Amino acid sequence: MTKQTALYAQHELLGASFTDFGGWQMPLKYRSELEEHHTVRRAAGLFDLSHMGEVWVTGGQAAEFLNYALVGNLAAIAVGKAKYSLICSEDGGVIDDLIVYRRAEDRFLVVPNASNADTVAAALKDRAVDFTVTVDDESENTALIAVQGPAAEAILLEIAAESSRQLITDLRYYAAVEVELAGLQVLLARTGYTGEDGFELFINNAQAVHLWKAVAEAGVQHKLAPCGLASRDSLRLEAGMPLYGNELGLDTNPFEAGLGGIVSLKKSDNFVGRSVLEPLKEARLQRKLVGLQGAGRRSARAGYDVVVDGSVVGTVTSGLPSPTLGYPVAMAYVAIELAEPGTEVHVDLRGKPELFTVVSTPFYSRQK
Amino acid sequence: MSFIKSGLRYSAEHEWIDATAGSPATVGVSAIAADALGDVVYVSLPEVGAAITAGESCGEIESTKSVSDLYAPVTGEVTEINQNAIDNPGVLNEDPYGAGWLFKVDVASEGPLLSAEEYAQKNGIDA
Repeated sequence: MTKQTALYAQHELLGASFTDFGGWQMPLKYRSELEEHHTVRRAAGLFDLSHMGEVWVTGGQAAEFLNYALVGNLAAIAVGKAKYSLICSEDGGVIDDLIVYRRAEDRFLVVPNASNADTVAAALKDRAVDFTVTVDDESENTALIAVQGPAAEAILLEIAAESSRQLITDLRYYAAVEVELAGLQVLLARTGYTGEDGFELFINNAQAVHLWKAVAEAGVQHKLAPCGLASRDSLRLEAGMPLYGNELGLDTNPFEAGLGGIVSLKKSDNFVGRSVLEPLKEARLQRKLVGLQGAGRRSARAGYDVVVDGSVVGTVTSGLPSPTLGYPVAMAYVAIELAEPGTEVHVDLRGKPELFTVVSTPFYSRQK
Repeated sequence: MSFIKSGLRYSAEHEWIDATAGSPATVGVSAIAADALGDVVYVSLPEVGAAITAGESCGEIESTKSVSDLYAPVTGEVTEINQNAIDNPGVLNEDPYGAGWLFKVDVASEGPLLSAEEYAQKNGIDA
């Protein structure tokens, strides 16, 4: 039985088509996914991300605990700031990628992917036994709304209490603050998965509809439109951001995924996966995640083979025709000797090889 | 716009064929297929003069989300292709039974085709 978010009825009213994602019935698109994509790049999009997990870690040893449970140095996050991190298995595979917000010296919010929320909550609880912390999985009670795009800040200012306005304009990327929006207390983060400026709004389920409607109404004059997971996927791929299950998984290690910088070997703490990951940092990688740009019009898709001289040298993890750039883009794991930008490879597009060039990511960066 | 246009015949793979004006017949993809694909951004069609075989792939249709084969609903020779659909693939979504037609074919023999009613029933839609 797939779950529905607190905003499900709103999506139905808006005529969404739905898809099953991570055990949730989520809006795939409301109208045209291409229009939704362009709306986020040019104005702003409104997303329901309530399927994401929210796990709170609280207690005197919260920072120390997260340094053990995750690969990054979470103890170094200043209160109010956030950090992208990974939770790895004992053998160094990626269980999930997540964002960690430090809300107080002894209180953190961990946001895992929808499909991994239960696994991550369970792993955190498992790993917490020797620490003075409590791990509360609030995923089922928490809604998450994203407002993404160049107009996002202006839209939120429309519904912000006077006392919150400066907090919003001052909020930096990867930081969060409590603000009052549409009369509600909201945990507002300047984070996103689209490559645009934008915000993610955490609120309890009971208040989600009120907040969603308030943002939608305030956004009308800014050309905001509701956007589904189809455009979210094309936006994140253009921005070169990995998707768990495609670019990341238990069979990938952080270094080959280009996330070696997330693994803090400088921290003195032991952490789960360290004994495997530490030697890997110095070892020569077998393969690497790269960006590919298509020379033709046909797109590479997840699972397609990357080939050179008739031999399979890699696998595409995500790919589509980039709506913003107008040419096919993809990410793929390729043999390390082919990972240099400028390298030409072919992708087997259902029996017909098509030329692609290795490029650095992101494919798209916004003007700042 | 209705999802299934009456008077046309359909393949199980979601192509429509209009042979009401005799040969050559006009071929396109149904609104059901266009909607399932999402916004079409690339169309590859057989060349004029190409021999196509009922039930076999003769091109492809690509959206941001996915790619699908275009299957020939009949066996015959392609006499004309819709260059506008190649240049403006979005027309497949906007007008799949009109401006979004794909090619014309001199029909030598037909594959298994469904009436609009049968196609509607197969896809759980009231015609």
